[in-house]
Amino acid sequence: MSDAAPALQLRSGKSAPQVTTEPRAARFALIGCVVALTGVLLFAPLAAVFAEALAQGWRASLEGLASPDAHAAIRLTLIVAAITVPLNALFGVAAAWAISKFDFRGKALLITLIDLPFSVSPVVAGLALVLLFGANSSLGAWLIAHDLKIVFAFPGIVLATLFVTFPFIARELIPVMMEQGRAEEEAALTLGASGWRVFRTVTLPNIRWALLYGVLLCNARAMGEFGAVAVISGKIRGETTTMPIMIEMLYNEYLSVAAFSLAAALALLALVTLGVKSLLEWRYADLLAATRRH
Amino acid sequence: MRAGILRTPSPLPGFGLSFAITLAMLSAVVLLPIAALVGRGLMIGPVELWEMVGTRRIRAALALSFRAALVASLFNLVFGLALAWVLVRYRFWGRRLIDAAIDLPFALPTAVAGLALTALYAPNGAFGQLLAPLGLRVAYTEVGIWLALVFIGLPFVVRTVQPVIEEIDREVEEASATLGARRSYTLRRVVLPMLTPALLTGFALALARSVGEYGSVIFIAGNLPFQTEIAPLLIVIRLEEYNYDAATAIGLAMLTISFAMLFAINALQIWSRRRIGHA
Repeated sequence: MSDAAPALQLRSGKSAPQVTTEPRAARFALIGCVVALTGVLLFAPLAAVFAEALAQGWRASLEGLASPDAHAAIRLTLIVAAITVPLNALFGVAAAWAISKFDFRGKALLITLIDLPFSVSPVVAGLALVLLFGANSSLGAWLIAHDLKIVFAFPGIVLATLFVTFPFIARELIPVMMEQGRAEEEAALTLGASGWRVFRTVTLPNIRWALLYGVLLCNARAMGEFGAVAVISGKIRGETTTMPIMIEMLYNEYLSVAAFSLAAALALLALVTLGVKSLLEWRYADLLAATRRH
Repeated sequence: MRAGILRTPSPLPGFGLSFAITLAMLSAVVLLPIAALVGRGLMIGPVELWEMVGTRRIRAALALSFRAALVASLFNLVFGLALAWVLVRYRFWGRRLIDAAIDLPFALPTAVAGLALTALYAPNGAFGQLLAPLGLRVAYTEVGIWLALVFIGLPFVVRTVQPVIEEIDREVEEASATLGARRSYTLRRVVLPMLTPALLTGFALALARSVGEYGSVIFIAGNLPFQTEIAPLLIVIRLEEYNYDAATAIGLAMLTISFAMLFAINALQIWSRRRIGHA
């Protein structure tokens, strides 16, 4: 094996015809196309956010972030993410455990239902929540009578964000845990470990990278969700405006620098997410290979 | 006893707890709101719903949403395949950077993406200025909507096809070549059929996502009724007018058409899997 590999490489390094690749010209054309299109479609918008945010210098854009309304929006976004991400992690682990470690009737239906939020428009999700908890539904009327406001209030924003990000972590964990099977857990049980200990010392180390990966994606979406939150938040300034909602409001008021400053803050978060994610992928490529689809 | 019938016995603990958490959260977060939406639709009645969906403005918005999502997802199907192929098979400077950047649309909030694209393609933006003398307008037209949907749908096809390309056994391609097939023939008749199920999955995911997309579109669309007003935006407008019935009608129409499309793609996928002969 070790003899064959360098010989093969030597041959491909020389100009001997390669049957499993395309002609040189086609290769260059394809690479050129892909680089140009990703440049225009991905890198240019990212650059535009920072360019617009800094259009009037650092000071102006920092001022845009310093207003009390912007602070309230940043705080709300962080709190919403801090609530939704752990709840989704709990759901993801529970769902993946039930689905991957047991055989039961209706499993396929359960997986389909978990994926449901992927094919529901965030706006429709927000609409559904308004219909369920709004003042003219019986449940909503009862809640309001008991001083529990959900629509146009904080709980509604959390519920909308939960809906939209619901499948994220479960989707990462299910394939990984399916692939790992049950043998290791069963072995731990026969050795006398308690159920909780099996999960903590056998399952969790196996799924930690997939879990982290799911948490990252879930967090990015939770902080950035716009459609569902826009419908249910009521856009009360300083109270129910998350960062993305605040960005839209500022933009509509022609406060471009302030809008793009907040946008740049979210874009930085996205870059950090991508950076950590890429690091994870390069280091734990084989562990994550099964979970790349989204 | 009943649990024994519904599931195969297993020595592992925690089924009750994990299943209860799963079902409770799924019901509270997803199923209950969807049920409220469907329930509202039933209360309105099918005839009234159909009449509302049939009004010109709603019809135009629905047609636009699905047309733009189809155009963008078809583009992403082709471009995503090329991108995945180049990233897996070729080695070039900047490959890792592009590979990492593919996920940008997942990580970047949609409102930020919409804002950025608008800044670039508005008549006075960096790209808009270049296109204006050619008579091309992107922002505030349907083309702008396509662009936003291409952006948010881009990672789906790439990320579903990429691992499948990585797993292709090169010996199959070599075998095809030794039998005298030209490279293009091998790609078309050997490689492409292996990728078809994954391509369809990615296409379906991108389509489902772009049909309902709101945040990135509304900034660049211009939002003119009958021209650049997408269905989710019309739902928001109707909600702001407290016209919950019309909003429900549009929402249910979107759900129905989305599910019908996903069902069709799923059927196509089963067919293509059967054709190439593995599960």
